[in-house]
Amino acid sequence: MIPSGFTYHKATTLEAAFALSQELGDEAKYMSGGHSLLPMMKLRFATPEHIIDISKIAGLSYIKEDNGMLKIGALTTQAELEHSELCKEKYPIFGDATKLIADPSVRNVGTIGGNIAHGDAANDHPALMLAMNAIIIAEGPDGKREIPITEFFHGFYMTALEPSEILVEIQIPAAKTGSGGAYHKIERKVGDYATAGVAVYLELDDNGICTKAGVALTNLSAVPLKLTRAEEILVGNTITEALMDQVAEIASEDCEPESDLRGSEAYKRAVTKTITKQMLQRALERAQ
Amino acid sequence: MKHEITVKINGESVTAEVDSRLLLVHFIRENLDLTGTHIGCDTSNCGACTILLDGKSIKSCTYLAVRADGSEITTIEGVAADGTNHPLQQAFHDQHGLHCGFCTPGMIMRSMDLLKNNPNPTEEEIRWGISGNLCRCTGYNNIVKAVQQAADELQKESV
Repeated sequence: MIPSGFTYHKATTLEAAFALSQELGDEAKYMSGGHSLLPMMKLRFATPEHIIDISKIAGLSYIKEDNGMLKIGALTTQAELEHSELCKEKYPIFGDATKLIADPSVRNVGTIGGNIAHGDAANDHPALMLAMNAIIIAEGPDGKREIPITEFFHGFYMTALEPSEILVEIQIPAAKTGSGGAYHKIERKVGDYATAGVAVYLELDDNGICTKAGVALTNLSAVPLKLTRAEEILVGNTITEALMDQVAEIASEDCEPESDLRGSEAYKRAVTKTITKQMLQRALERAQ
Repeated sequence: MKHEITVKINGESVTAEVDSRLLLVHFIRENLDLTGTHIGCDTSNCGACTILLDGKSIKSCTYLAVRADGSEITTIEGVAADGTNHPLQQAFHDQHGLHCGFCTPGMIMRSMDLLKNNPNPTEEEIRWGISGNLCRCTGYNNIVKAVQQAADELQKESV
């Protein structure tokens, strides 16, 4: 399958990318790893007239802690996240997720920025971002701005990014004593989108009381879903077996799955309940 | 629109004019006549089209040829040195790591990347490592044995 005709442009700086985007208008799309966009173009689900390749822009690939935040450059590949010593040591949730994203060769090319900016509720990073309350740094011709992740996803393939803006960085509160996150998805086979995926992030105080909680889901609604009701009952409480069961029940009630080839609505709700409990347990172990 | 690209493929520098929409796998097979790289699913699932781009395994059916400009590419044709099989090729032969052979070039290219990053993988690591490469004959056991043999061989060589 070959994409329909388009014109390729390479930008090696952000400024050049913005200039191209402004000149070419609505028919231009940015491409980073291209592992979401190019498959859609091959299937003719997307037929942009212009592709602006941003993968060669220098300085957008890094994973570092700075000023109390974990900062990840948008062009960081899934493989770089998967093998990052910093992530293995302090942010194992990224290892949970990346090893289930597609397969090793795809992870060599696909980027975290693209995974989020694509605006697809079937992608995995949006749930992690929602659970960890990420801040998206977007840059455009008019400069940089911060977008809270809760305001980022607008709808099916729709995000808060303006047409010429590029997602350049992701910021997450740095790990500290008492914090822990976990992610898992059920997939029919390696490389498939999630039948159901759950991200959990917890912060505990010295007495084991939950002070912050994030629970978010992959591919269980049209837009990446943050489970506010589940988060609210975790905060202020000791996380007991009974509370975890209650949160898992809420997750199965509040998710919005549709029956499809990956399973019936009832099956997906049941799976969501099971994974939510498991991820609460794993996040709790990591936080303790 | 045509773009001039220059790539180093199996050690040889090649300059060519390519269309924006030309996929790397078609460039390799049709423009360069290197047909050892196969097209299987054409949807980045099966891994038959796996090559090394700057030392990393990628699926060349999901990569634009124009984006490879300035890169170094290795395909299955570039793996043997002076007519001597690479330890991975020899191991696939010795362990009968193929039935029909269609997936083999991709399996070997993927395994090269795997063993470079993890010279002594466990069986489980090998199975996860080649999880993006499908063998339609389901001959995975011997493929895993072949990768294990090659890992042993390459480690001996590096001592």
